Amino acid sequence: MLSILSPIMRIIEIPLQALQRRFGIQRLAWAFLLPNLVLFGLFAFLPIILNVIYALTGGDNVLLGDRPFVGMQNFQTLGACSNYLDPNTCTKDLFWRAVWNTVWFVTLQVGFMVGFALLTALVLNRDIRARGFFRGVFFFPVLLSPVVVALIWKWILQRNGVLNAGLEAMGYDSFAWLVDRGWAFTWSVFLSVWAHMGFYTLILLAGLQAIPRDVYEAALMDRASPWRSFTKITLPLLSPTLLVVLVLALIKSVQVFEEVFAFTGGGPGSATTFMIQFIYQTGFAGAPRLFGLAAAASILLALVLVLLTALQLWANRRNVDG
Amino acid sequence: MGKIVEFMTRTRGGGKMDWTDWLTYCYLVLGILLMFGPVIWLVLSSFKTEADLQRFPPRFLPYAQETVMVDGYEDPLPLFQITAGEYEGRTLAQLRRVGLVAQMIDPADPETRLRVDISNREPLEHLSLAVENYTGLFERFNFLRFLWNSTFITVMATVIMLLVNSMAAFALSKYKFRGRMTVLAIVIGTLMIPQTVVLVPLFLITQQLGMLNSLWGVIIPGAATPTGVFLLRQYMITIPDEILDAARMDKASEWKIFWRIILPLSAPAIAVLAILAIMWRWNDFLWPLIVLSQTENFTLQLALNSFQGELNTEWSSLLAMTVLTLLPIALVFMFLQKYIATGIASTGGK
Repeated sequence: MLSILSPIMRIIEIPLQALQRRFGIQRLAWAFLLPNLVLFGLFAFLPIILNVIYALTGGDNVLLGDRPFVGMQNFQTLGACSNYLDPNTCTKDLFWRAVWNTVWFVTLQVGFMVGFALLTALVLNRDIRARGFFRGVFFFPVLLSPVVVALIWKWILQRNGVLNAGLEAMGYDSFAWLVDRGWAFTWSVFLSVWAHMGFYTLILLAGLQAIPRDVYEAALMDRASPWRSFTKITLPLLSPTLLVVLVLALIKSVQVFEEVFAFTGGGPGSATTFMIQFIYQTGFAGAPRLFGLAAAASILLALVLVLLTALQLWANRRNVDG
Repeated sequence: MGKIVEFMTRTRGGGKMDWTDWLTYCYLVLGILLMFGPVIWLVLSSFKTEADLQRFPPRFLPYAQETVMVDGYEDPLPLFQITAGEYEGRTLAQLRRVGLVAQMIDPADPETRLRVDISNREPLEHLSLAVENYTGLFERFNFLRFLWNSTFITVMATVIMLLVNSMAAFALSKYKFRGRMTVLAIVIGTLMIPQTVVLVPLFLITQQLGMLNSLWGVIIPGAATPTGVFLLRQYMITIPDEILDAARMDKASEWKIFWRIILPLSAPAIAVLAILAIMWRWNDFLWPLIVLSQTENFTLQLALNSFQGELNTEWSSLLAMTVLTLLPIALVFMFLQKYIATGIASTGGK
């Protein structure tokens, strides 16, 4: 591999050597940074600023020069609601449905996922055989693509699927799972827990293994019950890791889109439409393309994410300080 | 079997299993069923014929009906075992079915047509892998095109990302220049804003650069990840500066120091990042969905997603395609499990 790159590397060396002679060693750092900074500026930094401009302008033109300034109108459209708890009273009812769906989804998904991840980590932390294998079993769905995850479960849940066959074998009626609003949502939560749990299990397992053994041995000497050593030793010592896991899971969960979109397409109706899908639909999927509205919604989402990230940094620091 | 049970039930201390051990293994077995089961079911199903897939309740293993070539008929005829009635016990080939009655012939005596009630016949079947599900992908769909698009995006994006990120990480870890902290702060700052919340302006910029509907539009915007710079910088800091000084004494240029010394020494971190990048790009969905709107530019993920809507019921092709899409990742995982686990745990994200 290196031998193929060798001539390319030599060609790059020529201008860099000239720069080095001209500006000296320390300032050459900028040359190394340049490609990354250009990409960063164009695709990470500039978009943040442009997003604000989009949110403050209207129309369905993507070019900024053709977009009339509308002030806070996009935010007002999103926020026009006589009762925030009832999306039917809102101008943009889909937005509020997406908001409430996301709130419910995040609560359930993060709750179940962190709960099961903790349970799994505790099980894997016991003296079991083939721990590496079992860790892999719980971890591998993390690597599957969202579309693959969605199709795997769609195939199981479809009308002639294996789940319905099992139900009929046990004497129940088969059921059109993804046509029912409640079940489609429930399965979306399940699928998301299934796909991402392994990642958090891994982090929690690392946290558990960092707890020194002798603490437990001391507790055993004092005849502490297993439950007592769990609540008095494991949980307090694991709590910094647990906090990090919780915040990480929240950040990911708020951005739920890909696997559920491939799974249900946001339906039936809008039962599984979440924030990102609202942004995608408003800005990219339908006509007219309401870029301003999409940008306004994504700024609101970004605020939530910044808040959560601040929480994460705080949790990380607490973790390091111990 | 007894050996397996003995192996499974032995606890580490060599002592007896108590109820918590039983509970533990129950949980693990349930875990295997729930985590592996769906994927195994997918793979098994992908080898079934379309007719077998429509069958309810489904069977575990893939079967295919036996057929026979009979003189005077161009296509092979399906074989049936007759279970009741006049011709009980014979094996007949079916010509056609009219309502509840099937017209059948004995392959040994193709002239005489027999009428059999369809409830009196059972298809003759044998275990068989419907490989045509897979070969059909290459014949009927633009599968190679999608495969190429996905591979091209994954390889190019990974190479560009590794080069650009390692250069930046080198600058941030081995030089003391003015503005270093500002750059580092910007890197951390962008960690907070994921791609998902700047989709609209990202779309504009990509369009203005003429990269809409081109594979480069997927490759370039994802190349400068803050995660990559971070991971590599943390690793490069641990490389002692004395090595660099020694190289400078020997009049090596800075670029040579970078790719002859720093890059080879950072190989473990680069390997981890490479695996992560391959996974991210291969599985990427939302951004390609926005950038690529023409079918010939679709990645495997996009193709899968659009076909599940279009084909609707043609599961045989869809399942085969799903298996082929997850195969590369499954292989990478099998060989590099340890690296992936540590890589993901240390960067805190996928």
